[in-house]
Amino acid sequence: MLAAHNSGLVADMETMLHITTLHYLVLGAALFLLGVIGVLTRRNVVIVLMSIELILNAVNLNLVAFSRLWGGVHGQVFAIFVITDAAAEAAVGLGILIAFFRNKETVNIDEVNLLKW
Amino acid sequence: MAPVATPFFFYLLSAIMLIGGIAVITRKNPVHSALALIVTLLAQASIYLMLYAPFVAGVQIILYAGGIMVLFLFVIMLVSIERSMKERQFNSQWVVGMIAATALGGLFIAVYTKGTSIFPDHALSVVEDNNTQEVAKMLYGQYMFAFEIASLLLLVAIIGAVVMAKKRI
Amino acid sequence: MGAIIQYVQSYLSSDKTPGAAGNMFWALVYIMLVFGGLSVAVIAMNWLERKILAHMQVRLGPMRVGPHGLLQPIADAIKLLLKEDIMPAEADGFVFWMAPLIVVLAAFTVFVVVPFGPTHAITDMNIGILFMLGVSSLSVLGIVMAGWASNSHYPLIGALRSSAQMVSYEVAMGLAVVSAILMTSLNAEGTGTLSMIGIVKAQLAQHEWFIFKFFPLGLVAFFIFAVAMVAETNRAPFDLAEAESELTAGFHTEYSGFRWSLFFLAEYSAMIAVSSIAVTLWLGGWLRPFPNMLSGTPWDQIFSLSPGVTFLFFAAICFYNTVRMPKHPLFRIQTIGLAGFGVVLGLIGLVLFVPAVSGRVQDIFWFSAKVAGFMYMYIWYRGTFPRYRFDQLMQMGWKVLLPMGLGVLILTASVALLQQKLWHP
Repeated sequence: MLAAHNSGLVADMETMLHITTLHYLVLGAALFLLGVIGVLTRRNVVIVLMSIELILNAVNLNLVAFSRLWGGVHGQVFAIFVITDAAAEAAVGLGILIAFFRNKETVNIDEVNLLKW
Repeated sequence: MAPVATPFFFYLLSAIMLIGGIAVITRKNPVHSALALIVTLLAQASIYLMLYAPFVAGVQIILYAGGIMVLFLFVIMLVSIERSMKERQFNSQWVVGMIAATALGGLFIAVYTKGTSIFPDHALSVVEDNNTQEVAKMLYGQYMFAFEIASLLLLVAIIGAVVMAKKRI
Repeated sequence: MGAIIQYVQSYLSSDKTPGAAGNMFWALVYIMLVFGGLSVAVIAMNWLERKILAHMQVRLGPMRVGPHGLLQPIADAIKLLLKEDIMPAEADGFVFWMAPLIVVLAAFTVFVVVPFGPTHAITDMNIGILFMLGVSSLSVLGIVMAGWASNSHYPLIGALRSSAQMVSYEVAMGLAVVSAILMTSLNAEGTGTLSMIGIVKAQLAQHEWFIFKFFPLGLVAFFIFAVAMVAETNRAPFDLAEAESELTAGFHTEYSGFRWSLFFLAEYSAMIAVSSIAVTLWLGGWLRPFPNMLSGTPWDQIFSLSPGVTFLFFAAICFYNTVRMPKHPLFRIQTIGLAGFGVVLGLIGLVLFVPAVSGRVQDIFWFSAKVAGFMYMYIWYRGTFPRYRFDQLMQMGWKVLLPMGLGVLILTASVALLQQKLWHP
């Protein structure tokens, strides 16, 4: 009984100490969740945009982890394209934010409600 | 090339990333959020180094931490944040948002516990000495079309950002 | 004791950098050496800048603190450490505190991959030059934070101008660097390398420093990088953002005492870092001049005398100035100090003649000599050129250097392709 309990604990430590692909995927999922919470709950547009960057980074982490697992560099190339994409999107998003701020003097997305019925 | 103390660095870097991520979504001051995001991005670059992807780590530092975050900081300085710091920070549907995020988290846990058998536990010994050369061969060989389209996308983004931020259209 | 000596000797005869060998102890030793050497270099730069600028402006510079002002940097350091630490009332405390830290960290982390010799680097990353460019672009973040956290107009405008200038000239720097990296791929396998040690080894293999390659393309690329690196480090003639007469010291106006000295330390370290990039990419890194025209053992021996000869030359200058000191009893201490300094330099020069030491020090000496040449150029620019106005500065970065960089890149790529096709079909 004690030996079985002991081996369970030792097995847990071994799972914790040996870093597998699953560890990286769980980390990526946690970052993704944090980004989703940020997008859904914050009112400041700049912080929403930063949460979107968190989501993209979580995706990149998944891609690179799988690239390490399967050996080729396809995942890394895809990650580079995602980073490029994120740069373009951040630039355009911040341009929209500046135009919006010039009109309304606020960065609160709850106030973007001109089309609300 | 044997990794040195990998579990220690992995847990340290993932703790830094998660704390930085939580700071991004909870800080009142957007400048503090941006700084926390920079810390998260730099920790992520270190994790890329652990995954034997040095070129992606270098690109992350140059583009993300050194380019995109500078852009964010510039814009935060241009829009006045004093008024937004005095308002309520979390919007009125935060409960629904948390429920949705919890559902998504449950989905992730279900996938990862049921499907661990599809992630075989072997790690190929990828030599990192010519990672850049391999990425270059892929980028300019197999993914050449996507490369050219990415440059076109960046051109469109530049024109779009200039048009959006101009004073008179 | 014997085991320690054996351990030290076993490392000294290895052919890998500490990072590649995975040796933590030697990596730490190298980090301490680089850190210490950098600090000494910054202190020396402070004194040299004031003396050389003064002599260019036909005056003497600091003469009182030590013999010929040699102890002036130490007096400056003590003053800065003892000054009151002021923080503006409405300033954002955390960001105000973090900004100099980020700038110093970015400026110092760059030296992890700087190659002082074929195995004299802390580590040799596969992406060496990419890492250096990326980490040095993190200092822009520190500057933006410093200007923002000071909560005052002059620092904010200074920080925005400074960071806009640095970001603009990073593009031109990147294009010049890509032209040089292109030249590393002209070997049998047809693949180049981004690692700093690999770039110098490519110059060794092609028997030509890249500044002379495909003349004048290498020279134009070097020129673009030389101009862009002066703008990148906010030095004259591109120092509008921090000149005293313009914006009351720009983004570090509100910083005093130790925090200001951190910015100052980071500025000089960044200067040495980008000079190291220029020396590695174009001027052959640690290679001695004329390795092929003047090759063979006698020439090797003559060139290997250079470190000792240099230090003996400095010692001779010290002794000459000792003789020229005024013969007044109040100057006795200064005369003795200068003579002592000369004796120390002479002893170092004599030690460098010993063959065992001289062999290992050769590479480090040639690298440091080339970087010192660049430092002198920095001071020369400051004493000679008038300041650029900000719109002229941005115009030059985007409208002159960027098209030149693109042109050099396209021409270099075409010539390299032609060479590969014609000479190795």
